[in-house]
Amino acid sequence: MNVLIYLIPIALLLGLLGLVAFIWSIKSGQYDDLDGAAHRILIEEDDDESDTDQ
Amino acid sequence: MERQTISNSAPVHSEVEDLGYAGLVSLNDDGGLEISVLVSGVHCAGCINKIESSLKRLDNIKNVRLNFSTSRLSIVWEGDLALVNDYVSIIENLGYGIKPYDPDTARLELDTQERFLLLCLGVAGFAMGNLMLLSVGLWTTSAEIMGTATRDFMHWISAVIALPTIMFSGRPFFRSALKAISSGHTNMDVPISIALILAGGMSVLETINHGEHVYFDSAVMLMFFLLIGRYLDFRARKNARSTATDLLGAISGFANVIDGKKISRVLIRDLQEGMIVRVAMGEKITVDGVVMDGKSEVDTSLVTGETMPREVLAGDDVFAGTINLSAPITVKVSKAADDSLLADIVRLMEKAGQGQAKYVRLADRAAKLYTPIVHIFAVAAFIGWFFVGGLDWQAALLISITVLIITCPCALGLAVPVVQVLASGRLMRSGVLIKSGDALERLASIDVVLLDKTGTLTLGTPIICGDYEADSLRKGASLAAHSMHPLSKALVKSYIESHNETLLDVSNVNEVAGQGVEGVIDGSNARLGSRAWCGDEDFPQSDKLELWLNIEGQAPVSFHFIDALRVDAFDTVNAFKADGVEPIMLSGDRMEVAKSISKECGIEIFYAEKTPTQKFEILEGIKAKGSKVLMVGDGLNDAPVLAGADVSIAPGSAIDMAQNAADIVFMGDKLAPIHEVYKVAKLTQRLVKQNFAIAIIYNMVAVPLALSGLVTPLIAAIAMSGSSLIVIANSFRLRIK
Repeated sequence: MNVLIYLIPIALLLGLLGLVAFIWSIKSGQYDDLDGAAHRILIEEDDDESDTDQ
Repeated sequence: MERQTISNSAPVHSEVEDLGYAGLVSLNDDGGLEISVLVSGVHCAGCINKIESSLKRLDNIKNVRLNFSTSRLSIVWEGDLALVNDYVSIIENLGYGIKPYDPDTARLELDTQERFLLLCLGVAGFAMGNLMLLSVGLWTTSAEIMGTATRDFMHWISAVIALPTIMFSGRPFFRSALKAISSGHTNMDVPISIALILAGGMSVLETINHGEHVYFDSAVMLMFFLLIGRYLDFRARKNARSTATDLLGAISGFANVIDGKKISRVLIRDLQEGMIVRVAMGEKITVDGVVMDGKSEVDTSLVTGETMPREVLAGDDVFAGTINLSAPITVKVSKAADDSLLADIVRLMEKAGQGQAKYVRLADRAAKLYTPIVHIFAVAAFIGWFFVGGLDWQAALLISITVLIITCPCALGLAVPVVQVLASGRLMRSGVLIKSGDALERLASIDVVLLDKTGTLTLGTPIICGDYEADSLRKGASLAAHSMHPLSKALVKSYIESHNETLLDVSNVNEVAGQGVEGVIDGSNARLGSRAWCGDEDFPQSDKLELWLNIEGQAPVSFHFIDALRVDAFDTVNAFKADGVEPIMLSGDRMEVAKSISKECGIEIFYAEKTPTQKFEILEGIKAKGSKVLMVGDGLNDAPVLAGADVSIAPGSAIDMAQNAADIVFMGDKLAPIHEVYKVAKLTQRLVKQNFAIAIIYNMVAVPLALSGLVTPLIAAIAMSGSSLIVIANSFRLRIK
């Protein structure tokens, strides 16, 4: 059972990382346009770099 | 964000017009210029790409982002302020419509609320996942094997995760419960909050006393499921609301200001006291002011609640939010726009909210029955076990809490929102927009459908037929240009397409609602309108639509039009009949025309030659008999009936006013979506009721178990997630059918 001393904190830490990532994704507006995101994968997008090439 | 002050001090009007959209530009945090506009006509990935890439390749552009859900385009650039007008015209040249959009605080507030709910949901989800990891260990291993010390350790870890989560993610429930209690009411959130707090507190006590059962996982799970329902419900309401506010926002963009001979477009925000504004017919009056010139009728229903239009003459006051019905007027602004317009939007929103408040939603009715029963059971459990059962107060309280947790309606909280989200998603794909949250619920119970003729059963874009004298055609078109009536529009359109001459000036224009337009052309009085008003009563009737031009001293001339039926009008009417809904046709048109159209559609009951007021009286008559009425209509004259019916649908081609008044808007040239919505509404209602039944059956099994003290945290978790999953699975049947 002693192994729990390591495993539980590791599990919590991993979960916490996920939560931080989730909070970051909300704050950066990734949930603001869910319908648009579904359509955007169909766009053959030029990268921003190639935009400046033109 | 600070607005740049461009046209603050006594604007020169020609300059204001040149500025156009520049007045809406704001300075963003990085020093760039930013504007948000509403783009219409965006419906696929290609549109997003076309709009964004056409701007992105320009030099000054920093960022372009089109929000597909809200049709909002935000452009960020550096350099000249006036560039914005170039950007706007680039997009307009691509074939998309652009309207100014001013993010009002109410909208921003909604966005913040949505993010807050999502954050609460995410935190609850994270906590639930981690608690379950621990709980599975606790459930599968007995204390003899793992030892009390290990069990207590795991309980403490659970407490460390669960308590902050309850405090953080429970806030939506606590706030709403506090609000209800402080106003002397009770709502669904009261038992939820009590259950969360008691379960958390009791579990901490149990942990301290080395107890066996803790309910941290149940409490967080309960919260997680309820937050899902809350979030979906909020999104549905927000979408409904933003559709309505977009319409309002679009209308309240610019005003036509008269300065000497010139008319210039000025942002309503920049209007100042003393400016003179021209309001076209059918347009919303956007300022509080005094009528300078013109005689018209004003629909004040949105502001005062009166359905009868009010007649206004020069010198009368008009208010923001009312609609100019019969003739163009000029209005002198008496209050700075900042005060009246914002107040207007708030008033309209509140008015819309009040209208819906009259109907009590099924979920709310269920909650009203449910809440006291839950409380009674919980109290009864405590009293029973403490006084009669002989348990100590902790054990009795624990049973009482399990009753609260297990009866708390995860399934009930999900029953309505899940079905509604799926339903509106399905309808959205077939081009139907649900504007009010409970529209589907009201639609499911209708037994009469009132159909307007022009624009609803027919396409609403009549075509002129036959040959006419050029002079009367020109005069007719000149008068018609002052009316929003479809026949008038067709007359103007056909004239402009076939003739090069410009239209004549018409003075003293006056539109008589339901009759026609009158005015003075070349010094002689002229009327354009219905046969009864200005036509030749003895002229032989034809089955074509007609518009009469009557110029003083000349014989009346009639123009003929044909208005094609929508291709599936007959099938749609029949489908309603097959479902036991009685179709009735309302028309302001002549008996002959109405009769032939109704026969073609297979409608037995029809009313012809009805004025807007008479149409409304017919509706009142039908409602008085106890029928639930669906109104489908598109015109100025249908608006009162649309607003007064139990539920209403307007085609996307309808005038703004009708779209504002309707609960549902459908796109396209076919009528079939009306029946499709009805079918989906029926199905939605059936699924919601099934979901309620599932929730009730679950409670009938779970409550006796909880009351008898047999429920362990494991059983509570299985019962809650099980019932929620069944409800969600049942709701998804909407997709299959």
